[in-house]
Order: sequence, then C-alpha cells, then structure tokens
Amino acid sequence: MDRYQFLVALAGLIFAMGLLGVAIRRNLLVVMMCLEIMLNAVVLSFVTFAVRSQTLSGVAMTFFIYVAASCEIALAMAIVALLVKRNGSLDLSAHQDLKG
Amino acid sequence: MTGAFIAFFSLLAVAFAALVMTVRQPMRGALALCGHMVSLAAIYAALGAHVVAIFQVLVYVGAVMVFMVYTIMFLDDRDPSCRQLFSRLALPALAAALVVAGAFRWLFGELPAGAPAAAPVDIFTFSAFSLAFMKQYWFHFELATVLLLVGVVAAWAAVREGRDG
Repeated sequence: MDRYQFLVALAGLIFAMGLLGVAIRRNLLVVMMCLEIMLNAVVLSFVTFAVRSQTLSGVAMTFFIYVAASCEIALAMAIVALLVKRNGSLDLSAHQDLKG
Repeated sequence: MTGAFIAFFSLLAVAFAALVMTVRQPMRGALALCGHMVSLAAIYAALGAHVVAIFQVLVYVGAVMVFMVYTIMFLDDRDPSCRQLFSRLALPALAAALVVAGAFRWLFGELPAGAPAAAPVDIFTFSAFSLAFMKQYWFHFELATVLLLVGVVAAWAAVREGRDG
C-alpha cells in the first residue's frame, strides 16, 4: 500500500467514524463535531488526490470547503442556540417536532 | 521519515476522532476535535501542502473551534444528553458506518496508476499557491466572499429571530 492509498483509506475510515458519531450520539453539539470530522475526511481525500496528481484544483476546492464550513458553523451554532432556548435541551430527542 | 510522521499523525487523528465520539462532556469532545484537526494539519504539512496546513490551523482550529467552544460555554453541560450518550440506533449506525468504510475500500482500494510529477514541486507553498489561485480562481474567490457575507447575515437573522421570539 503506497502513501496515497493509505491516506485515502484513512479518509474513508475517518468519514465512517464521523458518520457513526452523527448517527449514534444524542447531543446536538457532539453531532455537529462529528459532522466536522466528516468534512475533514473529505478535505483529506481532496488534498491526497491533489498532491498525488500535482494539480491545483483539489487544493482550491479545499479553500472553498473551508469557506462553506465557516458559514455552516456560524449558522449551525446560531440554530443550536435557538433550539436550546426554545426546547431547553441539547438532546436530539427533544427536537422531534423538527421532523415536520 | 515522512512515512513514519504521516503514520504517527494518522494514528493520532483516528484516536482523537474516536474520543470525539465517545467522551461525555462536549468541551472534552471539542478539545479532542482540536487535536484531530491539528493532526490532519501535520499530515498536510508532511505531504508538502503547506497552504492547506495553514488554512486548517487558521480556519478550523482558530475560527470554527473557537465558535464551537463559545457555544458550549454558553449552553448548560448538565443536559440529559451528556449522561445518556448513545441513541437506540447504535447497532444499525455501526452497520451503516462499516458499509461506508467498505465502500471506500472497494472504490479506492486500488488507485489508478499514473500520477505524473510534471508540475513544479513547490505548487502548494503559500506564495506559489496564492499566485496560481488568484490567476485561475479569482471569480470563485469573489463568489466565496459573497457566500461568507450571506452566512453572516443569515446567522444574524437567526439570532434576531430568537431574540424577538
């Protein structure tokens, strides 16, 4: 297994761990953190492929992922604070009414 | 030497990700997430992608995590979700995660051959990347600033909505 193959496998493992955290944890904030882990795995795979092919596009994509992540976290934290203010809990089961 | 460096920080990244998933207190999870992100930054630096390593530390560890830590400090950590950690979906979720990991292994188990080394080696240093980026992606960069502005306005609107009830 060469270095790039190892890193892509690592990205897959980290993505799966983030997905597992999103599915099993009950705390809203920890779910957000696991989402960030998934996003980091995507960035790792972009960087791996960019370095392997020595092209700029993969790294440029990570720049835009960082911009999207900044917007996402600003909005998500505001929404989490609102939800906790409304329902008084960080537990996901307290927000079942969001299902519609 | 670089291989050992990458392997060490890969191990750290996986360990910190596991900690984020399993610790009880969100603040400890946030600290583990910081460790995870710094480990990934070290891997990027070892790969020679210095610009991504710098962005990773500045944007993720510096901005995103500070945001998260502020929110954790703002909220109550005696929540029931801090005592009962896992949902009832633990087993199906574990199966789904294994399927995803297997799919990655199946898709990228053998990377296609090729990978030319024709491009200049220093393409990912900060100055080279900045020049090339602003030549090729200046319009996307401008669009990104608009997206950031929209994010700020949306967050402000959400907070205002909560204040007004």
